[in-house]
Amino acid sequence: MTTQTERPKPVIRLGDRVFARSTLIAGSLILVALAAVAIFLIVEAIPALGADTTELKGSPSNFWTYVGPLAFGTVWAAFLALLIAVPLAVGIALFISHYAPRRLAQGLAYVIDLLAAVPSVVFGLWGIKVLAPAVQPVYAWLTDNLGWIPIFSGPVSGTGRTILTVAIVLAVMILPIITAMAREVFLQTPKLHEEAALALGATRWEMVKMAVLPFGRSGLVSASILGLGRALGETMAVAMVLSPSTVISFVLLQSENPNTIASNIALNFPEAHGTGVNVLIATGLILFVITFAVNFIARAIVARRKEFSGAN
Amino acid sequence: MSTVAPIANALTAGKLPRYTPAWVLLGSAIIITGIALLMGNPSIPGIVVVTAVLFVVLVYLLSLVVEGSRKAKDRLMTSLVTLAFLLALVPLISVAATTIGLGLARFDLEFFTTSMRNVTDAGGGALHAIVGTLLITLATAIISIPIGILTAIYLVEYGRGKLAKWITFMVDIMIGIPSIVAGLFAYALFALIFGPGIRLGIAGSIALSLLMIPVVVRSTEEMLKLVPNELREASLALGVPKYLTIIKVVLPTSLAGIVTGSLLAVARVIGETAPLLIVAGFTQSMNYNLFSDRMMSLPLFVYSSYSQQGADPQQFLDRAWTGALTLILIVMALNLLGRLIARIFSPKLSR
Amino acid sequence: MEVPVKFSSVARVSVVAAITALALTSCAANEGSPSASGSASDSPAASNLSGELVGVGASSQGTAQTTWGAGFQTANEKVTVNYDPSGSGAGRKSFIAGGAAFAGSDSALSDEELAGSFGTCKADTKAIDIPVYISPIAVIFNVDGVKDLNLDAATLAGIFSGKITQWNAPEIVALNKDAKLPDAKINAVHRSDASGTTKNFADYLNQNAPDVWTEKPADDFPYTGGEGAQGTSGVVDAVTNGTNMIGYADASRAGKLGVVKVKVGDKFVGYSADAAAAVVAESPLVEGRGANDLAIKLDRKTTDASHYPIVLVSYAIACETYKDPAQGTLTKAYLEYITSEAGQKAAAEKAGNAPLSADLSKKVATAVGSIK
Repeated sequence: MTTQTERPKPVIRLGDRVFARSTLIAGSLILVALAAVAIFLIVEAIPALGADTTELKGSPSNFWTYVGPLAFGTVWAAFLALLIAVPLAVGIALFISHYAPRRLAQGLAYVIDLLAAVPSVVFGLWGIKVLAPAVQPVYAWLTDNLGWIPIFSGPVSGTGRTILTVAIVLAVMILPIITAMAREVFLQTPKLHEEAALALGATRWEMVKMAVLPFGRSGLVSASILGLGRALGETMAVAMVLSPSTVISFVLLQSENPNTIASNIALNFPEAHGTGVNVLIATGLILFVITFAVNFIARAIVARRKEFSGAN
Repeated sequence: MSTVAPIANALTAGKLPRYTPAWVLLGSAIIITGIALLMGNPSIPGIVVVTAVLFVVLVYLLSLVVEGSRKAKDRLMTSLVTLAFLLALVPLISVAATTIGLGLARFDLEFFTTSMRNVTDAGGGALHAIVGTLLITLATAIISIPIGILTAIYLVEYGRGKLAKWITFMVDIMIGIPSIVAGLFAYALFALIFGPGIRLGIAGSIALSLLMIPVVVRSTEEMLKLVPNELREASLALGVPKYLTIIKVVLPTSLAGIVTGSLLAVARVIGETAPLLIVAGFTQSMNYNLFSDRMMSLPLFVYSSYSQQGADPQQFLDRAWTGALTLILIVMALNLLGRLIARIFSPKLSR
Repeated sequence: MEVPVKFSSVARVSVVAAITALALTSCAANEGSPSASGSASDSPAASNLSGELVGVGASSQGTAQTTWGAGFQTANEKVTVNYDPSGSGAGRKSFIAGGAAFAGSDSALSDEELAGSFGTCKADTKAIDIPVYISPIAVIFNVDGVKDLNLDAATLAGIFSGKITQWNAPEIVALNKDAKLPDAKINAVHRSDASGTTKNFADYLNQNAPDVWTEKPADDFPYTGGEGAQGTSGVVDAVTNGTNMIGYADASRAGKLGVVKVKVGDKFVGYSADAAAAVVAESPLVEGRGANDLAIKLDRKTTDASHYPIVLVSYAIACETYKDPAQGTLTKAYLEYITSEAGQKAAAEKAGNAPLSADLSKKVATAVGSIK
């Protein structure tokens, strides 16, 4: 707005002024919108803090004991999903960028992107009708044979609708996001670095390890965090697939799983009334804060890595 | 690399023949299938998984003996990377096969020409949901694309200093907003104005806009940054005002990319369910008016067909899967269109 | 460079325009515009009712309301009935705020709600509860080798609250001497979303086995144990696909699954429409309400073996006197239809609920008749 005022001859045409002003307004609208989101959520959430929580599921003593297991479940499910998705995504991205035949690469990349075209409600349907019944026998085998590992301990869920299944569905959903970003970063590795490594007699894997991965590390971190953000907020697939409870538990294969905030809202919002609505909106605010923090950390990491990477 | 590998002299010595991996794969498949048949419970997924593991291990060991540890490691990683790709295809193929297999049952004319009004079990269709989805998404696009593009122009062409930094940061944050939070916000906003229990199509659009604007900003920003500065400078040097330079030179150059980005952003929000569940509501009938009454959408149609089945559940499930198939087809069509535009019209910027 | 770019924008605009035009002119084949279909149809009753009737509420009534809407719209061409099955709470909220002509609700209005005012109703008049939908809740199970299962309230409460965990627990064996109960863990499925089905089921357990089921009945399932599933469909899917499962769901969806016989008095009875309607008909009304408020205080402790006590009663909540007389007439006509014998029968065919018994029908007819 004030950029042009101190020039010697301020020739400011009307068109220029109108156009600059309208872009400024559009930009500010984003700030206003976000502020509005925060303010509305806070206003609607405040009554929840003093609400009579005995009406809520599990009769928690106050709002924080209500939201605790939900916040835990949200982070835990997203973390598991990331644990599954990131190694896979790195492998896929490497396959497309450095291993697959050049001519096929573009097509293969599109195939993986197709996964992003599947809406979450379809993943929910698929998770409950196809995936859960398919993995249940595997879960039963795991608890029978590896039950001594605490996270695999029984009794196994009879339907396979556990937090691990949810994590698999979430991983599939965030896979295309992470893969696409990782692929782009890997493709931008300077050709000279790669050729230098190969010329020194490195095998393809050594070349990847020495030239491609270090170059792509910061991109990979931000891709993962973007995926994490998506997994944290995913709603319908979790609501449809998970068998939730009000517990904090790391166990993967039982029927009692911690629920996620988003799924809990979707499950309870239609029947909520009175302060129940406020409580749900307050949990939504907590989710907002969690994703905000995750994105903030991601930006900080990326900004710091950029300084050291020397790539730019 | 700690083990000392035998070093061979001849060029071909110490190297596995070219087709070794293929033969190993075939061999392990036959062995595992044989064992499974002998044990008497051949389950195809089990055979595939064990074969894959055996293949990876065998190739590694063979290479370790013949070629040495470095080559062996390279082969191991090649197998693993390929395996990762194949593994990602499993859910894709499974989802596609299930959706197409179960969705084709009702993929007929009636599905696209009727609503659910007065339909209690057999028949019926999703026209009301398709129309609702198109209207809500159109309104979302009308709100989001201008704001998104203008913001991107501000950030690239005008924005300096604190405000621009703040906006960039907030766009980043906005990309991470969970869709259900956007829905809650739209609900809180409209409930404050119209009273609780309000359900409107346009409220859905507002919620979706919150998700779409940052995506448009991001992609447009990237595209505008690709426009060479020489173009701008040349135009300005000719005495063209800055706003005309942007409108006549910068935007046309990057238009294909902006269109593609916007289409992909549309594709991203068209499948959203959670915000619409909260603010747009259900209905069985057609509704062409975004500003009054409930409006059905395709994702909600799929969801409600699944979750509220009647006395004859199969009819409802069939409709759910057909709705899912339709939704995927729409999103894919948008994606393809976007890519096509990008491919055909984009300026040839070689990498 | 310029030319193809222009083409793309033209193409894009035209695609969008074409889609919009298509969307805006397309008309569902089963939805004529009211005037056109009015002349085309040969509806005998030349109804002069018209307008839109909005109901919001319980999803349990969803299928029945769709059936009723279809029947009512067929008889009255110019009327559109929109029932939004977004939940009992949402329904009562919308009704109180004036956003709906009637609410569908799995629980009657609370005293607090009655003390307040109603946006849809004429000032200083109250709303009334009218039972319109009675549905037995079946306890379904899927256990290998077990066809019949007899349970009493205390055992059921033990199973669902997580105190009885094995199928061959002595409590279950004592009630089922002949069944081959496996030595396996019980997987009890409950609703993960808030629902009237859970509240009614919990109410039955709480009334009959207060020592075991200590939690107050609520829309949320109160215990942490067991498996949660979303919606009736989710519960039925979980019980069908899992192993050694037991769950509770609307009886119309029990299908081929095994159904528990519940102990009433000295006998074990399975669900039936008649038994469900009977227990509702013989339960007393909630005291201290207006003459036409038919909120029912279900007597789930009945010992009469012709009763089936695990029943869900869903109400239509309407005004005594509507602010808008036209809306009053329309709502009254609709409620008259859905509580009539024809309406109840139509719903029973599609939704599998229990039609109102003759006794209750009379009271309901009087209550509906009083709506202005």
